[in-house]
Amino acid sequence: MRQVNYTILENAPLTASVYRMALRGDTSPITAPGQFVNLRLDGLYLRRPISVCDVDGDMLTLIYKVVGKGTEQLSRMQPGEALDALSGLGNGYDLACAGDRPVLIGGGVGVPPLYYLAKKLIEAGRAVAVCLGFNTRDELFYENEFRALGCDARVATVDGSYGTKGFVTAILPDAPTHYFACGPEPMLKAVFRALDCPGQLSFEARMGCGFGACMGCTCETLTGYKRICKDGPVMRKEELLWNAQG
Amino acid sequence: MERTRVNLLGIELDNPVIPASGTFGYGREFAGLYDIDILGTFSFKGTTLHPRLGNPLPRIAEAPSGMLNAVGLQNPGVDKVISEELPNLSKIFHKPVMANVSGFSIEEYAETCRRLDACAQVGWLEVNISCPNVHHGGMSFGTDPVQAAAVTKAVKAVTSKPIIMKLSPNVTDIVSIAKACADAGADGVSLINTLMGMRIDLRTRRPVIANVTGGLSGPAVFPVALRMVYQVARAVSVPVVGMGGVSSAEDVLEMMMAGATAVEVGAANLVDPFACKRIIEDLPGIMDKYGIETLDSLKTGGSTAG
Repeated sequence: MRQVNYTILENAPLTASVYRMALRGDTSPITAPGQFVNLRLDGLYLRRPISVCDVDGDMLTLIYKVVGKGTEQLSRMQPGEALDALSGLGNGYDLACAGDRPVLIGGGVGVPPLYYLAKKLIEAGRAVAVCLGFNTRDELFYENEFRALGCDARVATVDGSYGTKGFVTAILPDAPTHYFACGPEPMLKAVFRALDCPGQLSFEARMGCGFGACMGCTCETLTGYKRICKDGPVMRKEELLWNAQG
Repeated sequence: MERTRVNLLGIELDNPVIPASGTFGYGREFAGLYDIDILGTFSFKGTTLHPRLGNPLPRIAEAPSGMLNAVGLQNPGVDKVISEELPNLSKIFHKPVMANVSGFSIEEYAETCRRLDACAQVGWLEVNISCPNVHHGGMSFGTDPVQAAAVTKAVKAVTSKPIIMKLSPNVTDIVSIAKACADAGADGVSLINTLMGMRIDLRTRRPVIANVTGGLSGPAVFPVALRMVYQVARAVSVPVVGMGGVSSAEDVLEMMMAGATAVEVGAANLVDPFACKRIIEDLPGIMDKYGIETLDSLKTGGSTAG
């Protein structure tokens, strides 16, 4: 973890409520896909954690959804402005156990961290399937970007306005070697129940510090108490309490 | 360093800056960021006799100029602190540490303190009778002078280390609680713990924090904390450790002018992990600006009387 002052290069909407922000600055603290940055915003006390969507040299891409005061303020920031971030937070995904045919499963604003992950897996020569779930066609983003990387990208919408009607569990490939998931907890739980292969799931929480000091986001796992910000946000399927709940 | 030195209950501190309990863990996260030996000391995560997971999530909420937390004393329990955290700490921190203790009964407070009394690394015991986030314990001992005195007596009986009672601002008259602790033998008092508050999510129409209420900290509480430190420092003869929203070297000086012997820094560590380092580095320059030769002179100079 390091404190970095990034410069905003671009901050534009992808959908009605989802924005993409491109930043320039030191990206070396970011060592794995699935990590996040914690952003300081004027007039707000707590930093706002946002997952890393992509890293390319000294370029950092974030994709975030406007859900409250902090992200609303973030969406109004202009190119050229500086952004104070604690960078390279969290454990990130472990790519070593992906196997030959991993599947990446994202729901809504859980999709962004899977992009950098897909890029790394493709670089490593894996055949990557990506299952993207959205509520409706208007909320869709990054389908083409995943395809451009060389992924087998599939889309499901809850209302059937685009792709397969239903949840991401309706479009899962046969017999993946490993899964990487990020999205709302009901989606994670559905994926956990639907797939037998090993997997890694990324969780979110309201955080205090984002680097493991305040114990504000601790959850219980089969392997002890874990801070979502520091020991996560990525948890292994095997350690989730869901295993014990039958 | 000579200029910023203070004496807290017989132990010399290089400076009065002390990360507050619950914002600094057992030191590990921060030792990776800067040399934590620059600190006066730090107060480690509130420790109880038995391990605690704490409260359900969410435990954190934004507040104007501050934050709410309802962590609920998550900690690994005193035995694990002694067998794992303190040995680990000895590699990264080479000064006496302040052990923060909480409990759910007078016997539990005493037993936890008795076990920590045996640890050479522990310089002071800060006894938290003011946690607003646990039920049937914590703050209930700090809102009644009789109970506060009873805890003080019980912990004094089991340790030779200085006892600092950490007080709650969620009372009608904090001075009476401070006096009760001092009269019962407390070597010092520290204040303030967080102020009880809450937030409601307009969309769900429910409290943001699962525990419903949480403790407010951050710059929002600084004037309240300063006022209470001022009142208590004038009413008791034992040293007062001031805290509550301290975020800068200027805030440290204000706290000391109000009568604090040393100053704890809490929430600031969470939003700026380098906050204490920055404050310590800023102190001499800010002292120059206000014509303060030594911090000791603030204490003995009586500049706050009247």
